[in-house]
Amino acid sequence: MAESICRSLRDGSIEGEHSPALTIKDSLQSHAGNHAFNYFLCSLAANVCAGKSQARGLVLVAFSQSPSFYLSFLKRKGMDASLLAKCLRILDCYSDPLGWKEKIRQSSGADKPAFTESGYVCRDVKDITKLLSSILELGKGFTEGRAYFAVAIDSVSTMIKHASLPSIAGFISNLRSHVQVSSMLWLLHADLHEPRSTAVFEYMSSIVASVEPMVEITDGQKGSDNLFWLGRGLQKGRFHVRFKRRNGRVKLFNEEFHIEYTGITFSTPSSENIVVSQTLLPKLQFNLQLSEKERADRSRVLLPFEHQGNGEPIQIYDGRRSLTQSNTDPNGLQQHALSIEMEAQRMQSEGEIHYIRDSDDEQPDSDEDPDDDLDI
Amino acid sequence: MNHSPNLLDEALGLTGRGFGGGALSPGRVVLVEDCVETSGAFVLHHLVKRALSPDRGGTVIFIALSHPFSHYDRILRKLGCNLSMHREHNRFHFVDMLKVEFPNEIQKNAVEHGLVDLYSKILKAVEVSSSGDYSRAHISIVIDDLSILEIVAHGSVDHVLDFLHYCITLTSEQDCSLVILNHEDIYPEMEAPRLLSHLIYLADFVIKAEPLVTGIAADVHGQLTVLKKGTFNDSQYTDKASNFHFQVKENGVELFFPGTRC
Repeated sequence: MAESICRSLRDGSIEGEHSPALTIKDSLQSHAGNHAFNYFLCSLAANVCAGKSQARGLVLVAFSQSPSFYLSFLKRKGMDASLLAKCLRILDCYSDPLGWKEKIRQSSGADKPAFTESGYVCRDVKDITKLLSSILELGKGFTEGRAYFAVAIDSVSTMIKHASLPSIAGFISNLRSHVQVSSMLWLLHADLHEPRSTAVFEYMSSIVASVEPMVEITDGQKGSDNLFWLGRGLQKGRFHVRFKRRNGRVKLFNEEFHIEYTGITFSTPSSENIVVSQTLLPKLQFNLQLSEKERADRSRVLLPFEHQGNGEPIQIYDGRRSLTQSNTDPNGLQQHALSIEMEAQRMQSEGEIHYIRDSDDEQPDSDEDPDDDLDI
Repeated sequence: MNHSPNLLDEALGLTGRGFGGGALSPGRVVLVEDCVETSGAFVLHHLVKRALSPDRGGTVIFIALSHPFSHYDRILRKLGCNLSMHREHNRFHFVDMLKVEFPNEIQKNAVEHGLVDLYSKILKAVEVSSSGDYSRAHISIVIDDLSILEIVAHGSVDHVLDFLHYCITLTSEQDCSLVILNHEDIYPEMEAPRLLSHLIYLADFVIKAEPLVTGIAADVHGQLTVLKKGTFNDSQYTDKASNFHFQVKENGVELFFPGTRC
């Protein structure tokens, strides 16, 4: 489902709605969040540069990596440097986030050459208002007019360190509701904050993607007492995605990710892992799943109020089996319907029951919005 | 002087090709965690010695918060490294923070000013290293130790993390690496996860010195776990965990895999 996330970011916002927002959440147990962030950033940047997305430009707010890291990463992924220069603006919150270098330079005298200014360096990340206006300014500078732009934030965990949670929540909210912001994505390290901080960001996003280890480490093993899990098999893990649709419906997806030289790749969960998860089910005295035979039998059940459509009179099961039918079907699993003489009487009665199964109407996981035909 | 690579060097990838001039490959952040029972200071001594060895030709900026220069001079001398001489030649910059005390918030942002001052000293030392005889040498910044820096900063974890961030920008902008020593058992339970997790996120290598599970022994002083976070090296993604026992001796440290010592 990584593809659908990329599509969602590419397609951007609908008139009158907040822009889609992706939270990428990881923890030390599976700290491939950076790789996932880079993957989606690259995909969005490629779409922006190729003109396929709603956004005409991308503003990247870099807190934990230098701008040159991202530029060289995107170039390594095959993006053209001149296109990047037109479509990408990086707000550098990495080199001098608190203005220390500027203070040192000023106190040591003006004869020292100034640090090379690319023009997009933020020297006070604690001032959220100024940060917001810098991002909007960069976004509006892409083209003249009111073109859309997308915003990517390297790590909101770093922002939480510098400013209060309410101010950051307001900042994100302002960006999401801005008319020109097409889509947003940010990275969050869940174990650096209290759960409520993580929850705040999850509420504000339309897509929450969690990077998780293959096997959860239990609480007994967690913590600095045992750091072995840090070095173990982080090449792959689970990618759990939660999509929130605007009608409130939530869709969940699970994929696997692998980290290779080219970066992170996503794939459908392999069967061996399903086997692993099955063996982890507790041993019970009753069966939670249906066998094939049971599934077939279930599909042959004659439900009351349904017309079997085979020309026979409608049979309504009233809890008793007739002698004739119990003889012909000895295994007894199939429900027996009583042939009623009352069928004729029913046709004459005043009420009728028309029964349409819900499950026949809609395919599972349909993309159709069931509220589309509402006319309010 | 014995420069044969030992297990620690191998685990840190210091024995590979292409490391001419550096104690650690550029852009590396190493976190050394120790505890009361097992001190991890010997790792710092080993890395300093390695950085200053003639075949590496690197320079070291040492932020000293726990011991005076004479302490390190004595220890490194026994390891075969003359710190005084290196200090004179500007290869070993000793930033003495022992007597430094930040004013107690009388002035607004006093702690921040103190840390900015410290950072400016580091920048000056980097400048001197980059412009001197060893202008192309790899610079190792060593902090001994971070928990005392937190005390100096009046317990402000945020300021300490800000300072560390600025040190890390040096690893990407200049040819620097950063080695931090931290005690992991001094934090109250509620606070510990936050700072330690932050440090682990920042580090590329985590070296943990712990006592043996079986207790105190005469000839084995503890166990060392070296964790390398996943990186791409020669088109291969590697993340590694190594564990070995060690014995600290007068003239060095001996490392061996558990059970290989008879």
